[in-house]
Amino acid sequence: MYTMSSKLKLFSLALIIVGAIGLIYGFIDAPSSVEDVKEMLHAEDAAHLGDSVAMESSVVGEAAHGDEHAEHLFHQLQNKPWAAIYVPALFIFLISLGVFVFYALQNAAQAGWSPVLFRVMEGIASYLVPGGIIVYVLLVLSTLHLNHLFIWMDPEVVANDAVIQNKIAYLNTPFFLIRAAIYMSGWIIFSKLIIKNSRKLDEGFSLTLHKRNFKLSAMFLVFFIVTESMMSWDWIMSIDTHWFSTLFGWFVLASILVSAVTTIALVTIYLKGKGYLEHVNNSHIHDLAKFMMGFSIFWAYLWFSQFLLIWYSNIPEEVTYYAQRLEDYPVLFFGTLILNWFLPMLILINSDFKRVNWIVIFAGIIILVGNYINFFVLIMPGTVGESWFIGITEICSVLLISGIFIYTVFSALAKAPLTVKHSAFLKESKHFHY
Amino acid sequence: MASKFLHAIFTDDDILLKAVKALREKKYSINEVFCPFPVHGLDKAMGLPGTRLAITSFLYGLVGLAVSTWMMNFIMIEDWPQNIGGKPSFSYLQNMPAFVPIMFEMTVFFAAHLMVITFYLRSKLWPFKKAENPDVRTTDDKFLMEVSVNENNVQAIAEVLHENGASEIKLIDNK
Repeated sequence: MYTMSSKLKLFSLALIIVGAIGLIYGFIDAPSSVEDVKEMLHAEDAAHLGDSVAMESSVVGEAAHGDEHAEHLFHQLQNKPWAAIYVPALFIFLISLGVFVFYALQNAAQAGWSPVLFRVMEGIASYLVPGGIIVYVLLVLSTLHLNHLFIWMDPEVVANDAVIQNKIAYLNTPFFLIRAAIYMSGWIIFSKLIIKNSRKLDEGFSLTLHKRNFKLSAMFLVFFIVTESMMSWDWIMSIDTHWFSTLFGWFVLASILVSAVTTIALVTIYLKGKGYLEHVNNSHIHDLAKFMMGFSIFWAYLWFSQFLLIWYSNIPEEVTYYAQRLEDYPVLFFGTLILNWFLPMLILINSDFKRVNWIVIFAGIIILVGNYINFFVLIMPGTVGESWFIGITEICSVLLISGIFIYTVFSALAKAPLTVKHSAFLKESKHFHY
Repeated sequence: MASKFLHAIFTDDDILLKAVKALREKKYSINEVFCPFPVHGLDKAMGLPGTRLAITSFLYGLVGLAVSTWMMNFIMIEDWPQNIGGKPSFSYLQNMPAFVPIMFEMTVFFAAHLMVITFYLRSKLWPFKKAENPDVRTTDDKFLMEVSVNENNVQAIAEVLHENGASEIKLIDNK
């Protein structure tokens, strides 16, 4: 039986407190009116231009344009703390969802290597409830017009935009919230049912329960692939309302899966290092590392497929999406490719390296940071545009959500024995050797 | 080379593995083992070093990547940089996404084919090669272990083989 150490508890609480303070600071720091932004711009101009008289006159000449610019900038800066919290809230919630998907895959595929890791996956999947609540609250707050994350939620924008008007049948706030509620409740209900059966199996092996979990997992995977695709349109793609891409859902899925497997590997190595998980050997770690490498290459394949097709045909209505990212986010945009594909591939290509804990941890951290940036580049350009910055607000939002994640996951891990007592493939898994 | 060999036939891979371990414990050197199919753990039991074929493959892949990059840079950018459908041909980097499918395929092509050829060379396999089969049954259902012996230890090794389940033991003169 695992008990959460007081150190870890303190650590996660510290993360939550520091993160919350930073996030509150972010909200206070955001300008509260267009006037503030104008003053800020003036101060910047003065700093840039000095006392040059010639420049002074040109600034006055652009006063009318300056108003529009200030208002545009105002919305971006107002969005900044909202987007800062939305990115990690969504990212880490989707990690826990991805872990549960991986767990369901193991059940449905009747995998023989993974049953000793089932409790780790169940523990991480327990974040589905708090994480889902956080994301849902953020979505509700968006529909209440507390922020401008989704421009199609603003009736004024829609009134002047024929493209969005044509999408109104799908993109309207009541339907949006109902859809979100369906996805989330579906995922959570499936996870509760499957995990409950797994706990019941601890009391004694029963073929009925085993078969039930097999069927539930298969049904969940079908439900998931449909809802995941729609979720990526709703929660991420609709931020850039004028843009669409068919493989977007897969692209998000690849990001979710690679971060999820990485999280499983990191938590497993942590617990193994603390002396729990006696049956986990380096062959299990090796398998996880193989999945990490495979999925990160899969991610790069989809990233590049989407980019190449749009870059090659260069149709204006599609290409603005990438033009904006290349213009304002060049380092992050190509940085994700290095962090999510190039480095993991080179590090994890070696079979011996995949068995070495610190190398897997090192590659795992690279992958997690890279995928956070991937989500950052998906969401930020449509919400804050060129006003992005990875500063106190962004980092503290990550700390806040990871604090909640760590606290939830490890207190859930303490609720049941860390190795399942009965599973059809448990014995095989204990002797798994690659 | 020893002047004589013992050829021991086994009928089961588990028995074979046991015999290999027993001989290795007594420090007798096993020349070769002939099997009709891959026996898991036989290489480890015999103490064979791991293969470096994967490393060669990685290097061949790098060669393929270099060849494709050099080729397309020369043809599309340096030799005759035409405007084809508005694609930027000013530098390799600017037009790179269009080259990636070829770079990828050439990497895989070189890595795969050169590795296979390396495998053939290292294991001395080619058409019209004379088969080196000590006993035709080893391609069907029998396992054969070849141990080099001399006058002094032939009896001792034969006893170890016999104890560990060899069904036939033959003394062969090295030709």
